[in-house]
Amino acid sequence: MSLLNPLIQGVLLGGLYALYAAGLSLIFGVMRLVNLAHGDFIVLAAYLMLACVTALALPAWVALLIAMPFMFALGWALQRLILNRTLKNDLLVPLLVTFGLSIIIQNGLLLAFSADSRRLTVGELEIASWTFGDISIGVVPLITFIVAVLVILGLTFLFYRTRLGRILRATADSTEIVQIMGIDPRHVFAIAMGLSFVVIAVAAFFMGVRANFDPAAGPSRLLYAFEAVVIGGLGSFWGTLIGGTILGVAQTVGAAINPEWQQLAGHVVFLAVILARPRGLLARA
Amino acid sequence: MSKIRNVETMTLSRRSLLRGAAAGGAAFAVGGVFAPSIGRAAGPVKIGYVTPQSGPLAAFGEADKFVIDAVSKIAGSEVQIIARDSQSDSNKAAEAAKSLIADDGVNIMVVASTPETTNPVSSVCEVEQIPCISTVAPWQPWYIGRQGNPGDPKSWKNFEYTYHYFWGLEDIVAVYSSMWNQIETNRIVGGLFPNDGDGNAWGDPNVGIAPGLAKAGGYKVIDPGRYHNLNDDFTAQITAFKNGNADIVTGVVIPPDFTTFWTQANQQGFRPKAVTVAKALLFPSSVEALGPLGNNLSSEVWWTPNHPFKSSLTGDTSAQMADAFTKFSGRPWTQPIGFVYSLFEVALDVIKRAGDASDPEALVKAVQATDLDTIVGKVHWSADGPLGPIGANVSKTPLVGGQWRIRDDKKSFDLFIVDNSNAPAIPVAGKLEVLTYA
Repeated sequence: MSLLNPLIQGVLLGGLYALYAAGLSLIFGVMRLVNLAHGDFIVLAAYLMLACVTALALPAWVALLIAMPFMFALGWALQRLILNRTLKNDLLVPLLVTFGLSIIIQNGLLLAFSADSRRLTVGELEIASWTFGDISIGVVPLITFIVAVLVILGLTFLFYRTRLGRILRATADSTEIVQIMGIDPRHVFAIAMGLSFVVIAVAAFFMGVRANFDPAAGPSRLLYAFEAVVIGGLGSFWGTLIGGTILGVAQTVGAAINPEWQQLAGHVVFLAVILARPRGLLARA
Repeated sequence: MSKIRNVETMTLSRRSLLRGAAAGGAAFAVGGVFAPSIGRAAGPVKIGYVTPQSGPLAAFGEADKFVIDAVSKIAGSEVQIIARDSQSDSNKAAEAAKSLIADDGVNIMVVASTPETTNPVSSVCEVEQIPCISTVAPWQPWYIGRQGNPGDPKSWKNFEYTYHYFWGLEDIVAVYSSMWNQIETNRIVGGLFPNDGDGNAWGDPNVGIAPGLAKAGGYKVIDPGRYHNLNDDFTAQITAFKNGNADIVTGVVIPPDFTTFWTQANQQGFRPKAVTVAKALLFPSSVEALGPLGNNLSSEVWWTPNHPFKSSLTGDTSAQMADAFTKFSGRPWTQPIGFVYSLFEVALDVIKRAGDASDPEALVKAVQATDLDTIVGKVHWSADGPLGPIGANVSKTPLVGGQWRIRDDKKSFDLFIVDNSNAPAIPVAGKLEVLTYA
């Protein structure tokens, strides 16, 4: 049995998981907030693009370009108006608030879009692939992986090479000291959430192209995002890519041995990493 | 903690009942027959209904409001329908059933939509000794899945309070093999069976569809093993089917998983001649989600507006009911509509014949004696049929095979009935076409 094909497909799948995880990791890194509605916001963004596609008859990638600034604004407003109020010293309050948001989003989407399972289409590209001998590499999965790498490169550049990045990192280190420097952490947090939501929009696009989504699809996405973040190391961008890839490969290789082991293999690897390195593979200090 | 309760109570005033009765003679007749029971039962007869109104199975509950509205108008104030959301979760479905029995005091329970909903509710009703009628789940997962030892047919026992009507896997075998016999294939079938109530029943090597397909037409099923629902990658299955040289794909797959599978299969150059799967291709919306890739995929069909059946309550034909639903909701018809409606046809018929609806034993006797032509076909429980003793709990409705054909706009689809060998009364519209690839 050849393991090369499952390996390659697993790495490509890992790109999608990394996209799910990157936004989650970003906000955790900056403000130690666990967004339990992350998966639901991915589904929300997918519906937003779907609405653009159906109402304005736009190609899906144009809808993505429209959704990105919109999602930034939504994330910014969410942080400014709701989540900033929950960020005291208690970890439980933001957890409960995002849990509530998750329920509101799911049922809101059910009301607005019905339970139909929908999809974003990109025409012929969907099934296009390059074939090398026994192995076929789908164009869309490959683009997904490349975009995941680009998103992570972009976030790394932003965080470690720009003034905004310095402010974000400084705020993550100490909200008290940045205030002495004349920086409003509430504003910085809102920007971080906005950035996270731009990544959510990108993740939503590739999720919607790969498979169907319906209003209840969010929580299952969140699970993989969480696992990828924990495997890779909390708050580390490259960690999410590594975590996502490990998760993807564990699943496809597990499935190649026996389909019953597909999810199990992913979860077992996740547990093994927690046991061996509780802070993840690339944990920040 | 997040208990979302959806209680729909439909009680109409006497005046509006009379208005409704004046509108249709049939409704008046039903209202009249209910009259004698008023004196005995304190308050209205309560029908409990557990249904997935939210969550991944919500598409099955789409017709609930329409049906409850329509039925309440006909039944009037002597009958109260109390619906509760299962949130597509089997534990919540059981909770909903318990609460309907304990808190609302329902006299009879009806439940539909996949073994994940029907089984927990039926089991609660069996224990609580409340008559329960269920549908929209193949009878094997419902009957065998609730036995103490599913592996030993000799140990199977009948249920006293719970009754089911739908088709079974033997019908799937008959319809699928008869569809595939219409085209030239190597008779090797790839099977996609998830690890859920349906997947385990269909994929069972002894009582699933594989032995039946082998007997019916020499079809050999490749079963790579159970996978988890909401799977993100089907490389393992595609590789197994490619290596096994499968010409046909079958299974019982949820819509998102089928999209993932079929897209990946096309990417990875797997090109079967026929793809006939259950569940995933039930709703027009999930076929539309596939776009041109959805053309000529086939599926089992349980109900369409062309089915030659009528409502026992109003005399409306299937087509009239589908139109009424579209008018009510602005959405296209789907197969569960007829079945959800038929549940209440059976329930009202049972209440009518039971005499004293407050007596569960009288209701059970009435259920056992049911012989009703509903919008989905005849419902009649009998131990003398082809199912033997199981038939006392399970009544079968007809099953045919259909194929989705894309319209010229390259977006919307029509469902063509291509096989009626199991139910000749339902007209066919064409023959099965082989899948083609660009």
